[in-house]
Amino acid sequence: MEKLEVLEKKEVKKETISGAEAVVKCLLNEGIDLVYGYPGGAIMPVYDEFYKRKDEFTHIMTRHEQGAIHAAQGMARATGNVGVVIATSGPGATNLVTGIADAQIDSTPLVCITGQVGAHLLGTDAFQETDIISISTPVTKWNYQITDAKEIPEVLAKAFYIAKSGRPGVVLIDITKNAQFDKLDFEYKKCNHIRSYVPVPKYDLSKIKEAAELINNAKKPFIIMGQGVILAKAEQYFKEFIEKTGIPTSQTALGLSGLETNHRLNVGMVGMHGHYAPNKKTNECDVLIAIGMRFDDRVTGNLSKYATQAKVIHLDIDPAEISKNVKADVGVLGDIKETLPLLTDYVKAKEHKVWLQQFKDLYKEEYKEVIKDQLSPSKKGLTMGESLEAINKYTKGDAIIVSDVGQHQMFACRYAKFNKTRSNITSGGLGTMGFALPAAIGAKVGMPNREVVAVIGDGGYQMTIQELGTIFQHKMAVKIVVLNNSFLGMVRQWQELFFDKRYASTEMVNPDFQTIAKGYDIACNKVSKREDLDKSVKAMLDHDGAYFLEIIIEKEDNVFPMVPTGASVSDIRLK
Amino acid sequence: MERQLYTISIYTENNIGLLTRISTVFLKRHYNIESLNVSATEIDNVHRFTIVTFISTDEAVKLITQLEKQIEVIKAYYHKEDEVIYHQTSLFKIKSNLLFEEKEIQNIIKHSSSRIVTINKEFFAIEKSGREQEIKELYDQLLPYGIMQFVKSGRVSVSKTEMEITKLLKSIKN
Repeated sequence: MEKLEVLEKKEVKKETISGAEAVVKCLLNEGIDLVYGYPGGAIMPVYDEFYKRKDEFTHIMTRHEQGAIHAAQGMARATGNVGVVIATSGPGATNLVTGIADAQIDSTPLVCITGQVGAHLLGTDAFQETDIISISTPVTKWNYQITDAKEIPEVLAKAFYIAKSGRPGVVLIDITKNAQFDKLDFEYKKCNHIRSYVPVPKYDLSKIKEAAELINNAKKPFIIMGQGVILAKAEQYFKEFIEKTGIPTSQTALGLSGLETNHRLNVGMVGMHGHYAPNKKTNECDVLIAIGMRFDDRVTGNLSKYATQAKVIHLDIDPAEISKNVKADVGVLGDIKETLPLLTDYVKAKEHKVWLQQFKDLYKEEYKEVIKDQLSPSKKGLTMGESLEAINKYTKGDAIIVSDVGQHQMFACRYAKFNKTRSNITSGGLGTMGFALPAAIGAKVGMPNREVVAVIGDGGYQMTIQELGTIFQHKMAVKIVVLNNSFLGMVRQWQELFFDKRYASTEMVNPDFQTIAKGYDIACNKVSKREDLDKSVKAMLDHDGAYFLEIIIEKEDNVFPMVPTGASVSDIRLK
Repeated sequence: MERQLYTISIYTENNIGLLTRISTVFLKRHYNIESLNVSATEIDNVHRFTIVTFISTDEAVKLITQLEKQIEVIKAYYHKEDEVIYHQTSLFKIKSNLLFEEKEIQNIIKHSSSRIVTINKEFFAIEKSGREQEIKELYDQLLPYGIMQFVKSGRVSVSKTEMEITKLLKSIKN
């Protein structure tokens, strides 16, 4: 055997190339022909290789490294592929950190490549030297510093394998400048095994049977679907499972669009600003089936009062998630793509008509108290709900909605309609304002044939507004909707409800966003009257190319329902 | 839940930066590291972190899953105090003249089962291995005479039950 391997190795013709060229060849070997980034001193050799390979490789230069990484995230979320971002050392690397933390907490597969000062300068506080390995350690799945060109192929192969396998995450590879210049004998082998890493734990059939037994005997079962279903590309298996069992199904914010909004068993979103019925029913169900979700505090509210009456079944790929927050009576470890079809085999076909009807009845209550006034407002000013409804009307639920963070995000999650998976891209775990504009760029680049609508608040928009430059330069057909209420709306809402309306630093004096859009040669419009809303949304979507639509929103509107911090999910407030 | 001392044994690859990665798992949860030892093991290229921390059983269970989630961690275990055999070692540096002027010091050394590892005109060094309390007792006894330097190692321990790391690594290879 050994001899054979030696022979095979000899046959592979090794070529001697620079570390920088090796980086690009590794990327191409991984099927990556497009990266986002920002050049700088310590990464220049790699940029020089990008230049030489302009025909087969695209580099999209954003206006800030944070924009680059959010764009890579948007692309990864929209396509399911690994996003790649590249930056220089020092500030280039530290500017990535918010995006790294954001992608890691939302399980987005990313490979970040940063330049670093030459190995002989490490630890000397050299110009633009920063210890990005230490800085990024708590927020990466894995990171590694390459100081020798010879390490490049093996380490990058490992990086891609780790980023996309198991529960996806972020890998950062820091490459010293000498390693980019130095020569190596290049040979690329994809990585598919690391002895200390078990990406997909083996499932235990007895657990699946145990789960099926609980489900078969349940009178009031309830499902919470998380992004894990989407990450596992198991949407179809999921649908088969719920359709066989007839169980009412809710989603977390990141699980949205994994099941179409109009599915008969879809009862909406759980969590702090989720729908009334699924929150209420969490504390009434007898079996709670959590699939690919992690019981975030925004989902559970007060943990000690969360679903205490229910038997909990938890399906997840990450052993650290089982019983982390909510104790699982049955934890089913493994890839949902494998475990869900097995579970479907073992469960009995059922309908839960009466139980499902109770969800629909509660929805009617929510409609009367909350939704109706959003869609047909009594107030003069426009609402965020009707803005989303106008978008639905013309996208028919086929668009990718990329939302930022705050009130408008919750409105987008609650009111946008989704027909296709991977259509709701938002910063869930980290709650990063400024995420949406660059993430929408990535989503559009990744899915050029789909309509991409960024829905952003006037606060978050100004956190990464410079990325209008990227849209302008690369002629990207991103539709940008800013819901402008001249406030940091979510914080203001909390100030109104919990701080006696002391509006500390939440009122915004905004610039003329129209002039800014015009400066970037982006078609734009502003709407403040109800009668103009539909046609201006239609005009935006009909426009060929990027478009900026500013919708002036009623200033002090609130998102309801709401589970106040520390309250139980069943104490959800309608007003 | 009540907190107690746990010995966390983490088998890892022998790579740069792993100490930072492991310590951030503790830091993120605000657990203090009472003692830390990193060493080679009975298996080639496998290192072991032995960390003592004051946490609850529930926290220990979750800590292990978070540690094992780190790519280069092969396996992690937690043990209560009565589930491990453990030792620490310590060195005391003391002025040589005290050995002759303070006769009691010789008795202390004899009764504490410690040993003199070096002696010269200026100072002598005592090595004492044992449990935390035994080292503390010797320290308290020597303190009145003046200690020039004192240092204590992190805990090393072996578990009473098997930690099936060798078997695990073999199964991974196959």
